[in-house]
Amino acid sequence: MPFDYKPFPFVPPPGLNATEPQHQVIIVGAGPVGLATGLLLAQAGIKAVILEANNVVAMGSRALCWSKRSLEIFARLGIAEKVLAKGVFWETARTRRGTDELFTTDLNPDPGQRMPAFVNLQQYHVETLLIDRIRAEPAIDLRFSNRVEAVEQDDAGVHVYVTTPDGDYGLRADYLIACDSARSAIRTKLGLDMVGTAFEDQFLVADVETDHDLPSGRMFWFDAPFNPGRTSLLHRQPDGLWRVELQIPPDANPEEEALPEQILPKLSLIFPKSELRLDWVSLYRFQCRRLPQFRQGRVFFAGDSAHVMPPFGARAGNGGLQDAVNLSWRLASTIQGQGSAQLLDGYDRERGQATDENLRQAQATARFMAPGSAVERAFRDGLLAMSRNTGFARDWVNTGRLATPGIYPSAGPDDSALPAHTRPGAVAEDAPHGHGWLLDALGGELRLIAINSPVPDVPLPCIEADPNPTVRKHYLGDAARALYLIRPDQVIAARWVDPTPEAITDAVTELWEGRI
Amino acid sequence: MTLKTEPNLPEHDVFYARLMAAHDGLSTGESLTLNARLVLLLANHIGDMSVLEDAIATAQQA
Repeated sequence: MPFDYKPFPFVPPPGLNATEPQHQVIIVGAGPVGLATGLLLAQAGIKAVILEANNVVAMGSRALCWSKRSLEIFARLGIAEKVLAKGVFWETARTRRGTDELFTTDLNPDPGQRMPAFVNLQQYHVETLLIDRIRAEPAIDLRFSNRVEAVEQDDAGVHVYVTTPDGDYGLRADYLIACDSARSAIRTKLGLDMVGTAFEDQFLVADVETDHDLPSGRMFWFDAPFNPGRTSLLHRQPDGLWRVELQIPPDANPEEEALPEQILPKLSLIFPKSELRLDWVSLYRFQCRRLPQFRQGRVFFAGDSAHVMPPFGARAGNGGLQDAVNLSWRLASTIQGQGSAQLLDGYDRERGQATDENLRQAQATARFMAPGSAVERAFRDGLLAMSRNTGFARDWVNTGRLATPGIYPSAGPDDSALPAHTRPGAVAEDAPHGHGWLLDALGGELRLIAINSPVPDVPLPCIEADPNPTVRKHYLGDAARALYLIRPDQVIAARWVDPTPEAITDAVTELWEGRI
Repeated sequence: MTLKTEPNLPEHDVFYARLMAAHDGLSTGESLTLNARLVLLLANHIGDMSVLEDAIATAQQA
């Protein structure tokens, strides 16, 4: 069923008639990252204006695979129920060579957690759900058909010049967040260049509608019968759609390859004897590039405007949402006077490190999928050949390591008696909590979690977690009790077995000062 | 653990002959593939990054 791309009406902004007062935050771009950032800021009590050049949601499935962490963020944004109800759950990744199935990987969901490993939902559906939420949120002023033509900043704020169908106007804000895609106008207008590599290999991506049924789950081919010598990827989408990605030769003419008469014969080998309708076709080159700095004074870059990566591994959309949660609490508490300037620098440090890790992973995948020499091909093909009968080779085969949140390097107080994977810098793990879930109880504010531990005498809300098996596994290990300090982005800031109240309040001070 | 570079495989002559026999009759390309598979299998068996780093460095310096 084709998606109905209804244009959003243009509403003349007040700035066309009179100068608007200085806003707190301008967000440029109403993709998933910009919309999520707006909602997270609103939840923290900050008002934002979102300027979007277009008047319709993104064309094509684009960011399709949402990871467990993104689904947890969707829960904070109030759209998780709808995403889970509409999306396609998948837990297996099949790898094939030619017509042979090499192996299947199970991405087992953690039984003690609310969210599955991955859910597929087209970017246009996610944007529509976020826009519906924003319409009910008076702190956000979402303006379609508002294109930023110029941007400059000084000590007092950021100034943008905006064109609309009814004329031009200027707008000021304390801060600006550029969430305006890989082709970021803000980045270009500030004269900032990305660094990194672009690979020669081209990929064709198509959304195709068919009534042919195949199992859900990621299906990856080396040397597919319908695309010999190259890689191909298939994903199920809601609404009877499938997403197909085909590697095409570096020297292929992209316009010719994108023609239906070129694509449809290939697709009919995947979906034999069924009627196919092409919904969307696009072409991309593998790119691994980032801005050297995600902060330029009062301007921040988040999502694809800050880093561009190939889609294998679902790192762009999921990474962008992690940018949004990392930046929004820092910016909100700085505007409200609680956080220091260093707190804002932490965004560039942490998300920069996460980006480097994502780019490193993406480059390794690109190299595995398109070996550059006879030796590289020998190692790659050797692993593929051995993957059928040796377990180790299955782990080594790289068809895109699927995104999981990394652990930020942290100087937060730690106790090595507690489990390593929940050390400071890690995202807090979900667990059953009363009739609901621990992450829902955490929400988006600074909190303590006490497990078998007395509630300390500090001015901070404390959640007493039931010591159920999931909580024990993630938060206690062999320790008898523990106390965790959790940041507003649900990242663990510090943890102790037997803290003094002073140790806790010191850690809170250090957190707001951006020192841990 | 560090990489052993002193004698460690008493049957080295037997192994060497076995390795040559495995390559007998292969094209250069097929031998490349066989060697690649062997390196990968042995690396997984060793399972120690510091030994493997040592081995790469020692082989590069030879």
